[in-house]
Amino acid sequence: MKIKITFWRVVFAVIMVLGLYSSYVRYFHGLGAATHMTDQFPWGFWIGFDCLCGVMLAAGGFCMVGAVYLFNVESLHSVVRPAVLTAFLGYLLFIVGLLFDLGRPWFIWHQLIYMNPHSVMFEVGMCVMTYTTVLFFEFLPNVLERFKLQQPIKWIKRIYPILIVLGILLSTLHQSSLGSLYLIMPSKLHPFWYTPALPFFFFGSAVAVGLAMTIFESTQSSKAFGRQLELPVLVRLGGALLVALWVNALLRLEDYFHRDMLRQITKPSYEAYFLWLELALTFVIPITLLSFKKIRLSPQGLYLASVISLLGFVTNRLNIAVIGFETYVGHHFVPKWTEFSITLMICAMGFFLFALAVNYLPIFSEEHEAEVEEAEQMKTPVLGVPALVENAGD
Amino acid sequence: MSKGLLYDATMCIGCKQCEVACAEQNKLPYTDGIAAESVQSEHKYTVVLTKEDKFMRRLCMHCKQPACASACPVGAFHKTAAGPVVYDVWKCIGCRYCMVACPFNQPKYEWQSLNPRVRKCIMCPDRIAAGKQTACAEACPTGATKFGERDDLIQEAQERIRQNPDKYFNYIYGLNEVGGTSVLLLSSVPVEQFGYPKPQKVGNVPLPEYTGRVMERVPDFVPVWTLVLGGIYWVSHRRDEVAAAEAEEKKNGSAR
Repeated sequence: MKIKITFWRVVFAVIMVLGLYSSYVRYFHGLGAATHMTDQFPWGFWIGFDCLCGVMLAAGGFCMVGAVYLFNVESLHSVVRPAVLTAFLGYLLFIVGLLFDLGRPWFIWHQLIYMNPHSVMFEVGMCVMTYTTVLFFEFLPNVLERFKLQQPIKWIKRIYPILIVLGILLSTLHQSSLGSLYLIMPSKLHPFWYTPALPFFFFGSAVAVGLAMTIFESTQSSKAFGRQLELPVLVRLGGALLVALWVNALLRLEDYFHRDMLRQITKPSYEAYFLWLELALTFVIPITLLSFKKIRLSPQGLYLASVISLLGFVTNRLNIAVIGFETYVGHHFVPKWTEFSITLMICAMGFFLFALAVNYLPIFSEEHEAEVEEAEQMKTPVLGVPALVENAGD
Repeated sequence: MSKGLLYDATMCIGCKQCEVACAEQNKLPYTDGIAAESVQSEHKYTVVLTKEDKFMRRLCMHCKQPACASACPVGAFHKTAAGPVVYDVWKCIGCRYCMVACPFNQPKYEWQSLNPRVRKCIMCPDRIAAGKQTACAEACPTGATKFGERDDLIQEAQERIRQNPDKYFNYIYGLNEVGGTSVLLLSSVPVEQFGYPKPQKVGNVPLPEYTGRVMERVPDFVPVWTLVLGGIYWVSHRRDEVAAAEAEEKKNGSAR
């Protein structure tokens, strides 16, 4: 098969080559050579983006599974499979990111034998392991249908209620525990972000991100894979997103009010600029946009509002992980290019695997009964795999 | 019966014998270059800082309820009954949560190593077990670093302040900070001037309590939330089942 050279394929190749070189630096010259982390900044960009944002952006999985299977909202059925796929890939790539960030990744299994139940990090670790397993089983029917294995599908369907409840339980614990991690540093994290409510905010924002991410991913897939956009589904998600953003915004406001911070957050300062950026992107702009009926009913408007709020929540996580420590440490943290390069490589792998899965598995099947027949047709993929990366990156 | 160290900055002459002894005890390199380094690092667990004519030592405070030990997911840190907070390197996975959690920034990392370890003062647990004092206390020519029972050291520190109120800044740092530390500091000036966090800033609450408040809820939260989720599932699907059954009944009824 001949591979055509296109812009996105070249970008993908460059990202992979640079990423592989950076991985070499990381594993053969150590964390000190590959990152700008120091004793003063032991957690850097990877914890902020790969871990905090990675898990947050995978929240679409439990949100959509919850909506469709738990609350039985049939109309959202078509987005469950892509959402579960995104979550599964998100968690796998989060673990890949962790293998770069951990100083001794070859001992990651120590979590299972030297348990410290007082540690929030222990809760995080256990949730990652178990929820990734649950996501694997939620994702598995795609593969089984592709190979027409009816019997195991029946087994999984039988335990599906357990998987659903377990998945949402673990997500609740995991999303919130990432916020709890920071509770032990009251003297270090800037008071704009340090609050006893951190676990609640991390969970609340994960729900909003889950909705925004599903809108983003549905729109993106419809562009990339030529699927028809189901506007009623998007409109419904957009409405839920508006509510979720309002709830998050009011809780944040209440927290600042309760801690008597309202005057400080309005005074210009280094942290305040980042907080304003965060609040504008997460709440002010998307809520304003979604409040117009015209925007809420248009696919472009919904897409725009979702992307802006996603950027806002990413800013929030990076503020907590990096910006919130800069005053305490006394200097700025600027990641090394290899840190960006490895993160980019992991993201590119995500797009690639998503495209691969969509091309070979019945992710976007409309009717579940017809999936097996469709899988049959998919046996002869029209596009080569690299072609999809080009599309996914649009 | 918990041991501790009392460092009295007013007695310190800045000779750095404690640094030398510490390096020797922990088999760390010590050269003139390292002696000149004024920051702690993976090869320098303790440092004597100089500011005009004043000195100050920095070392792990050995908290009574250490944040590092509570934070570590694999329990690589623990507080021994004798006082030291020690580190089991073979457990460590390198997540560095201990470093972020420590209010005194004591754990340091071997950033250049391919199999990095967390490094910090471990208060010579082997020497203490053998009935000896720590290497730094033994090496100190003036008694500025004194080893002993923590309770005795507190009394002595109070006594020193009482006898020479003009010489000391009236505060025993470590007495109550983050719930109390095994290392206590006396000085003529507030220790914040040498980079220690302000007492108001770190507070007197043991840091593990902040995360503990959330973690202790988890065992209750899991069954309750499972029941709630299971209940929602049952209700929302039961409605479908009932509707299906009713439709079936109607169909049968009309057929008859």
